[in-house]
Amino acid sequence: MSDAADTIAETRGNRVSARPRRASRREGHGAAPYLQAAPMALVFLVFFLLPLAATIVVSFWQYTQYSIEPAFTAQNYGDVFRGCLADLPDLCTTFVTYLSTLKFGVIVWACTLTLGFTIAYFLAFHVRTLKVQVIFFLLCTIPFWTSIVIRMISWIPLLGRNGLINQTLISMGVIDTPLEGLLYSDFAVVLALTHLYTLFMVVPIFNSLMRIDRSLIEAARDAGASDLQTLVSVIIPLARPGMLIGSIFVTTVVLGDFLTIGIMGGQQIASVGKVIQTQMQFLQFPLAAANAVILLLAVLAGVWALLKLVDIRKEL
Amino acid sequence: MTDAKAVELAAVTKRYDAALAVDAVSLKIRAGSYCCLLGPSGCGKTSTLRMIAGHESVTDGDVLIGGRAVTEDPPARRGTAMMFQNYALFPHLSVAENVAFSLRMKGVSRTARLTRAAELLELVSMSDYAERKPNQLSGGQQQRVALARALMTEPSVLLLDEPLSALDPFLRVRMRSELRRIQRELGITFIHVTHSQEEAMALADLVVVMNEGRIAQAGPPREVYNAPRTPFVARFIGGHNILDDGGRTITLRADALALAPADAAGEANRRATVREIEYRGPDVRVGLETDRGESLSAVLAERAFFERPLEPGAAVAVGWRPDAVHELTPDG
Repeated sequence: MSDAADTIAETRGNRVSARPRRASRREGHGAAPYLQAAPMALVFLVFFLLPLAATIVVSFWQYTQYSIEPAFTAQNYGDVFRGCLADLPDLCTTFVTYLSTLKFGVIVWACTLTLGFTIAYFLAFHVRTLKVQVIFFLLCTIPFWTSIVIRMISWIPLLGRNGLINQTLISMGVIDTPLEGLLYSDFAVVLALTHLYTLFMVVPIFNSLMRIDRSLIEAARDAGASDLQTLVSVIIPLARPGMLIGSIFVTTVVLGDFLTIGIMGGQQIASVGKVIQTQMQFLQFPLAAANAVILLLAVLAGVWALLKLVDIRKEL
Repeated sequence: MTDAKAVELAAVTKRYDAALAVDAVSLKIRAGSYCCLLGPSGCGKTSTLRMIAGHESVTDGDVLIGGRAVTEDPPARRGTAMMFQNYALFPHLSVAENVAFSLRMKGVSRTARLTRAAELLELVSMSDYAERKPNQLSGGQQQRVALARALMTEPSVLLLDEPLSALDPFLRVRMRSELRRIQRELGITFIHVTHSQEEAMALADLVVVMNEGRIAQAGPPREVYNAPRTPFVARFIGGHNILDDGGRTITLRADALALAPADAAGEANRRATVREIEYRGPDVRVGLETDRGESLSAVLAERAFFERPLEPGAAVAVGWRPDAVHELTPDG
């Protein structure tokens, strides 16, 4: 690669990025841009940064059965992992809970990604008119017209012991006794979470797919690529930003979930969110806060790892 | 490189629902020739090219390449390669991997395909940019890469969809001569879609002027320019004056008109008033309105014009030699 050409490309890149900056300095002289950003900044500050800071602070406080004392201690973090190292290779409750939560995260991520990509692909490449695309999107959002609780309760008549599926299977003679694992099981949790969050995969992936120049697909075909090869070497790489955004969204939400896992698991399945909720019910706020901080760090580590896979700033 | 192959269209038709895009077009393109499909937008030239490429299904008729009917074949089995209008380079792959894409699809090893890609990048003078991503290249550079990628499949026929339209005028002229050079070096058949008559005349062995889904005229550029068949071709190719001459439609090349002072002796074909004067460097274009209300355009050599300069409003006698008259057949 020639150095001269490099320099040209670099200066060109700089010029492109420098221009808007200079323009904004000239036009946006004064307080206007700050005022425009202020409402969102305020919302973030009051409803996100302050509570987060409070959580972190409280996680280092001491507590008794009836009081919380603002005195520094790292004891709460120690309590979360109490006995975990000593018990190895056996897993302590905390590790089991985290692993279980992580397991749901991975399974639901895989399900929503597969489903989401397939649906987005269908919408982007097989539905030709914008009107029909909009109609299908509205169809996808119908489940969101009702509350999350109703949506989950609705699974009961379908999956229950005497639910629609069991009755149908029995009347068809496929099974003699009702399947027990349909409701209040891992399966039910994965099903409900997938149902809840697939749309959050569909939208960003659809957006990525729509931005793929259709002539790229023709160019691949022209170069002798089969449909599968085109999918693997052209479409999927170009859909990566959308897949990444959807993945971050879904895994983050699933790792913090306690409601769906609680209801669909029949309150029998452990999750980190559930643990935090229980600790709060027992007014062990510092302990709950410590757990929340650990969960936050785990999620951030996951997001960081995902961002390592795709340079999102470059691809957006 | 593989041998050049002839391309033949036999009553090829393309219908989109109710609209007829290409209407029973028949055409023979000799092996190793440079053919330009020329016409205004919506004339069916791009649909025709895409049907030859296999990116558009043929409603009726047959496409033959090298004497073999390929109408039902997928693009990759036709021995053609297409260069897309916006180049269609894969944004996530380096220049070298873009060029090597077809070999990667065939399962050729990385080193082997990159070696071959380097050869083709050499041909289009892009060796220094092999590691770049397409968005780090200028339009002209992207086009060279697209050309190299198209040539990677060793096509017998290269199809180019408005390859120069996205370039600035200066670069366009340079890439034009480069396309012609590469076509001569490889000796394969080029089919090039354009709406620029200048481009078509500069490049083509065979110019195919299309209008409303049909071929208005096909022939060597000189023949098309000197003897346009219909008023449409004369108008589209430019530099022609179309006149009604006693019930027949005739055309006169702008450079075949002679202007004399209105009071000059001798016979004139028309009397006219100068409406505008356009200085163009090598020549001067004089816009005229005849006393019958026709507008004419005369192109005079610069020197000849300034020996007897004219001003707008001047009255002139317009004359032409009888052998400059070319009769047109009506459009349709």
